Amino acid sequence: MDRIVLIGLNHKTAPVEIREKFAVVCVDTSGPLMNLGQMRALRESFYLSTCNRMEVLFTTPRLDEGISAVVGLLADIYGQTGSALKPYLYTYIDQDAVKHLYRVACSLDSMVVGEPQILGQIKDAYRQATEAKTSGVILNRLLHKSFSVAKLVRTETRIGSSAVSISYAAVELAKKIFQELQGRIALLIGAGEMAELAAEHLLSNGVERIVIANRTLERALALAKRFNGTTVGWDELAEELRRVDIIVSSTGSPEPILSAEQVRQRMRARRNRPLFFIDIAVPRDIDPEVNRIDNVYLYNIDDLQGIVEMNQAERFKEAARAEHIIAAEALKFDGWLRTLEVVPTIVSLREKAEQVREAEVRKTLSRLESLSDEEVEAIELLTQSMVKKLLHDPILFLKRTSSRARKDYYLDVARKLFHLDLDRAETEEEEDQLSLDSDKMS
Amino acid sequence: MNESLLLFSVITTLLYAVGTVGFLIYVIRTEKVIHRIAYGFLLAGFLSHTLGLAMLVSQIRQMPVTTLPQTFSLFAWAIVGSYLAFQLKFNIRILGTFVSPLAVVFMLLSSAIPGRVIPNSQLFKSFWLTLHVATMFIGMAIFALAFCAGIMYLLQERQIKSKSFGLLYRRLPSLEVLDSLNYVCLTFGFPLITIGFISGFVYAGAVWQSFWHWDPREILSVVTWLIYAVLLHERLAVGWRGRRAAIMAIIGFSVILVTFVGTSLILEVHHSFKLG
Repeated sequence: MDRIVLIGLNHKTAPVEIREKFAVVCVDTSGPLMNLGQMRALRESFYLSTCNRMEVLFTTPRLDEGISAVVGLLADIYGQTGSALKPYLYTYIDQDAVKHLYRVACSLDSMVVGEPQILGQIKDAYRQATEAKTSGVILNRLLHKSFSVAKLVRTETRIGSSAVSISYAAVELAKKIFQELQGRIALLIGAGEMAELAAEHLLSNGVERIVIANRTLERALALAKRFNGTTVGWDELAEELRRVDIIVSSTGSPEPILSAEQVRQRMRARRNRPLFFIDIAVPRDIDPEVNRIDNVYLYNIDDLQGIVEMNQAERFKEAARAEHIIAAEALKFDGWLRTLEVVPTIVSLREKAEQVREAEVRKTLSRLESLSDEEVEAIELLTQSMVKKLLHDPILFLKRTSSRARKDYYLDVARKLFHLDLDRAETEEEEDQLSLDSDKMS
Repeated sequence: MNESLLLFSVITTLLYAVGTVGFLIYVIRTEKVIHRIAYGFLLAGFLSHTLGLAMLVSQIRQMPVTTLPQTFSLFAWAIVGSYLAFQLKFNIRILGTFVSPLAVVFMLLSSAIPGRVIPNSQLFKSFWLTLHVATMFIGMAIFALAFCAGIMYLLQERQIKSKSFGLLYRRLPSLEVLDSLNYVCLTFGFPLITIGFISGFVYAGAVWQSFWHWDPREILSVVTWLIYAVLLHERLAVGWRGRRAAIMAIIGFSVILVTFVGTSLILEVHHSFKLG
């Protein structure tokens, strides 16, 4: 029986210098990883490459040969020998490979656990694999399953619902105040690294414009250029409160920069539109009294850290539930995999035919009470030999198909044709749904 | 009240009650399905309610406000109807949790209070009265929504200001959405109750030859109107919003409740629904 293998590296096992090498090469659809399909040791293959990870998933009849072929290919890309790359790689086989793929799809293995992009990236990668025709019966089923497991985890747990970095927490709060950030203006006071990060995050969440105020104008201009924003003089800071909605303050100033009175005075001119202060400076830049003003909300670094910790604790709890779902689903996949063997398929085919035969005979005989024992015997024999003759050719065909890839395919078809899997109807529906999804995406 | 009407009222109350329970479960387990089921029950209750009211109207051939139970029932109907409509437009799932108990309370009040059926009176057959009842009830129902939005706003704001987040933080929508719900309710409700007042005065003038009787309900009604007028004015003129607007909407509806429920139950006033 073919083995399922997953070889990869991620942000936990490999530093960025190594990850970026793969990231650059693998985005290219004509890149070296496309050669996976031509490798003789591999039956089916699929690869995923993002900035934080690279995963190669394949099935192979000859385990050692398959692994060394793939490691060799990766070493070529890396430009080193296989043994130099080995410490950064992980290799999972069969159930473990299935579990790992599920964990990746559910975003349990992500740098930011619960972030939703990874599923889309897997779907894109899978579409490439289907276009290159490198995936077959097993990987098709496995990837479709990984999508539905990810969906299941997302609806059954709250893994994706809490922010686990300061910037995320700030944006989440801003959305609870403003609903959406489109059209809002953010003011950065101070131009440190923290401010840059926050600005980036706010812009990617829809903030329309960034205004920068800094004691040294050069630095402010540099940041303004980078974020396509404008600058404002240090003395006009308070006046700027009439126009902006979100203020991120991160100066090294030992004294508060804005007093509650300065803020209160501007609220009327703002027609009381809400103001959200994010004070990540230590010592604090904004007078804490500001939080008492109607429609003004002030969060300092500790407040945000508190939210982050609360969310992390929740994610930890939810991740445990997700792991449980994944383990159960991996077992189910294993069960399906076993059915792709000739003998179990023939057994269930015979069982099914016998069930049908028995039921029909019983129905008929119950209507024909006058029959003698001999006649009953004859009917039994007749039906038995009909079933046997009908099944003879399909069974022989399944036994004789020798090529593995074709065998998987025919076994799969046979099980579908004779409806041998009880949960089949349900899975098929899922698969239809997923292929519709991918149609939409393309 | 004949038996089928009673049956409709019981079924309606039950459907509203099940819907309310569903909305309460939704707070604990935020699943779309639960919300959809609760909404479905409320919708089914509303349909049965509408049928019951239609039967009642065809029987008494006038607006169903001749007794206090009828009035409360009509108010519950208006609240649920406005909620169902607003929910379609705004899709604030948690709103149902706050609104549906109100409907249940009014249905229970309606069945708990004995209602004297008064003889068919020409007093109730007037265009002005029909207009008065229709606009007042829909207007008050919309203010009931503003009241719920106000409570939700205060709950959510307190969590954000105090930085302690409870169960409701994720469930409740953003302050912006709650505040705009307050505003939309105001812009729909205020014109409606204004028309309601005018038609009421015209009707009173026609029936009793006098617009104003100094009865407590009339006085409180004017107070209500003034509260909402001030809120609307301040919102438009100086941009009142947020907490203050929420508090005003809560006070406004509380005065409505006192006017509408309190005076009917306690005082035998001129305007009492029992006397007509």
